[in-house]
Amino acid sequence: MTSWLKNLMKKRIMWPVGALVVLILVNVLYRPSFLKITVLDGRFYGSLMDILRNSAPLMLVSLGMCLVIATRGIDLSVGSQMAISGAVALTIISHSPTPNSLATVLGAIGVGVLITLLFGIWNGFLVALLGIQPIIATLVLWLAGRGIALLITGGFITTINSAPYKTIAQGNVLGFPVEFLIGLAAIIVVVLLVRRTALGVLTEAIGINPAASRLAGVRSRGIIWSLYGLSGLLAGVAGILYSSNIMAADSNAAGNGIELDAILAVVLGGTSLAGGKFTLGGTVVGVFIIQTLASTVTFLGVPSANVSVFKAAVVIVVVVSQAPMVRNWFGRQFRSSKTASPTATPVAMERTAA
Amino acid sequence: MVDNSVVVEMRNISIEFPGVKALDGVDLTLRAGEIHSLLGENGAGKSTLIKALTGVYAIDGGTINVAGATRTFHGTADAQDAGVAPVYQEINLLPNLSVGENVMLGHEVRGKFGINWKATHEKARTYLKELGLDVDPRSLLASHSIAVQQLVAISRAVVIDCRLLVLDEPTSSLDRSEVDQLFAVMRRLRGRNVAILFVSHFLDQVYEISDTMTILRNGKLEGEYPINALNKKQLIEKMLGRELAELDSISRAATRKIDRTGEPILKVLALGRKGAIEPVDLDVFDGEVLGLAGLLGSGRTELARIIYGADHADHGAIQVRGEHVRFAKPRQAIDHRIAFSSEDRRAEGAIADLTVAENIVLGVQAKRGWIRRVGSAQQDQLIAQYMESLGIRPNNPNALLSTLSGGNQQKVLLARWLATAPQLLILDEPTRGIDVGAKAEIQRLVVDLAESGIGVIFISSELDEVMRLAQRIVVLRDHRKIGELKNSAKTGVDDIVAMIAKEGAA
Ligand SMILES: Nc1ncnc2c1ncn2[C@@H]1O[C@H](COP(=O)(O)OP(=O)(O)OP(=O)(O)O)[C@@H](O)[C@H]1O
Ligand SMILES: [Mg+2]
Repeated sequence: MTSWLKNLMKKRIMWPVGALVVLILVNVLYRPSFLKITVLDGRFYGSLMDILRNSAPLMLVSLGMCLVIATRGIDLSVGSQMAISGAVALTIISHSPTPNSLATVLGAIGVGVLITLLFGIWNGFLVALLGIQPIIATLVLWLAGRGIALLITGGFITTINSAPYKTIAQGNVLGFPVEFLIGLAAIIVVVLLVRRTALGVLTEAIGINPAASRLAGVRSRGIIWSLYGLSGLLAGVAGILYSSNIMAADSNAAGNGIELDAILAVVLGGTSLAGGKFTLGGTVVGVFIIQTLASTVTFLGVPSANVSVFKAAVVIVVVVSQAPMVRNWFGRQFRSSKTASPTATPVAMERTAA
Repeated sequence: MVDNSVVVEMRNISIEFPGVKALDGVDLTLRAGEIHSLLGENGAGKSTLIKALTGVYAIDGGTINVAGATRTFHGTADAQDAGVAPVYQEINLLPNLSVGENVMLGHEVRGKFGINWKATHEKARTYLKELGLDVDPRSLLASHSIAVQQLVAISRAVVIDCRLLVLDEPTSSLDRSEVDQLFAVMRRLRGRNVAILFVSHFLDQVYEISDTMTILRNGKLEGEYPINALNKKQLIEKMLGRELAELDSISRAATRKIDRTGEPILKVLALGRKGAIEPVDLDVFDGEVLGLAGLLGSGRTELARIIYGADHADHGAIQVRGEHVRFAKPRQAIDHRIAFSSEDRRAEGAIADLTVAENIVLGVQAKRGWIRRVGSAQQDQLIAQYMESLGIRPNNPNALLSTLSGGNQQKVLLARWLATAPQLLILDEPTRGIDVGAKAEIQRLVVDLAESGIGVIFISSELDEVMRLAQRIVVLRDHRKIGELKNSAKTGVDDIVAMIAKEGAA
């Protein structure tokens, strides 16, 4: 086997990328038009464009989730937060005398996202300062969030007519859907934020060894706190996208179950739920896998009752293929990996030397 | 009669990691009823050879013979099936169970109605007794010291009737009496014809306990010798491939004059914490090495931790250059340019999955906060400087820290702290698990740092090391400071030992 192929095999991200490629090939097999992109009125159309566009909310949420998971945490409240930001923004617009003015819309979005940022900070406060287990801390808002959203909309599904707001999900710039561009921008911003500063490496340090990070002087609390805030903020933007899609604040449907999809995307992408090392690139691929899967399921006409089973099957395949045991088996086939046993722990009685 | 039959024969073993030939044609022969020491510098390949033997790593070349049959190990389970059942400390022991349950796990005594716990514990007691361990089998494992837990782990070897016991640096954090206890157990097992493989950087212990030694250098076999064939000096030469650099200049360090007229870097007044350390006074001046001496559990680490703010002090005050400070967390100490290198490298120092470079820069980066990333040029310069001056091997900043040998990991952690340019460096057991050559280098480094004006608090279980480096020594016993002495040409290890003993008698 040639060495570049061996190197490629060792790269973690190759597994999710491989899964995505296979998924796309399956689609092409069943509908040759899958990869086709047509240009109409200066806009791009096609199944791929749909996937890119529809993946935006999950993309935003998953980026935040990835960073939170890297700190050994989890954010279950993202779906509920999406409902909140949509409810806030649409309530403001629907009560405004000028729902079509750009200023109103921008203001409404700003307030909606600011509020989820605050809720994210609340999560961070519970986790980083009070030391509550992340799954419990964010469960609070997971439970309460939709109630809060309903309270804001007065128990109704608020609908609006606002051209600028509609543009977010349904407009195009340079032929690309605005929604997709927002997702793209989020990827770029988060990657720059994480890798151009030291946020990424310090986050990994905290996730890998919290005790050592503390003694090394890393401000773990502040960082964990901010990342929950960021996750809230990104969920807020996702909520705006969602509500713009349907031009309504549906507090029960908005982001329903998205927390699990986001966790899946992160894991599919190769980031361990145990925290530590994370990969945003992998997470992005994970999101595309999930979105392509959703599109495939719709296309194949899998009865909606069986969708989850179908999804679970694909997930099992990808996750199992990433399991250390399987990877090692592959590794042994090509003699590229050294660890023979997945259960291998440091050697007998070795105390301080590792 | 002692049966000297060969239990394990490893021939021509090679293991290669990307870019590193960790083992290159190494032989190892372990015989029943023999304690065999495996020796070599940090990174020589000792742990790697053991991992090949226990099936953790697959070998790239060579053969492993167990009891006469050639074996290929695809995992630890294969090795155990072949009778190579090393005593794992962490995975085999369950702290929430009793000592007896741990000893007998999987071999409980069964009666008509399932497990007969009374008989099981009785049997455990006999096994423990056989090894000279007087531990109540019904007590919770977690309630015992690490040393006792290790001995319990080893006693399992008798229960599962294993032919081979592998001990990789078991003594690195035991005190003298615990080491004696361990050695007694090892001797009894030797008497039962078990083959024992032992790794330690304490050469005196090697001479005390072993019958045979195999020396590795740079992944290659240097040779197998009966223990009496080499004296210590020859042994060190074989390990390092050269003579040990003269320690003369270091030994003069202890008597170096320190100017104590000015303001000390650190002054600690009646600093204490309930249950950990009774109120202590001490001070450290510019360029001074202050030693903390005492037995294991005497409160040295506890004192260091409350000075640094790693634990909360509930009593007393700290002054840094005359300024009153309170350290509620390590960050605040770091902001006053105090650094602390923990004794527990794995749990509190190493960020295993990050690279060597990231580990070195971590301290500086943490100090600056996450927003202002240390520029690549500065990073490269720091990394190059410390990898060079500390001689970190392999010389690859992008290697994951977890792939370095224990001693080299320690050097990386020292580099992390030195890079933050501290005015006071607290070193808790910095030479633990470090080979003789590197130990001398680290001692040299401490002297150089002190001469350049940095204050050092130096904690070590090895008293002669403290005596060699420190100008003043604070002696602790039973969580209390029992005295302080100035080092001079006339003071010796015996003075400290006497001081501790006298306090105990009083
Ligand atoms: N998983 C790994 N990947 C890459 N290199 C490794 C790995 N494990 C060990 N090495 C390298 O192999 C060499 C031998 O390491 P090993 O841990 O066996 O040394 P050692 O003799 O046990 O040292 P110490 O006394 O410090 O414990 C070192 O150069 C080390 O960096
Ligand atoms: Mg080792």
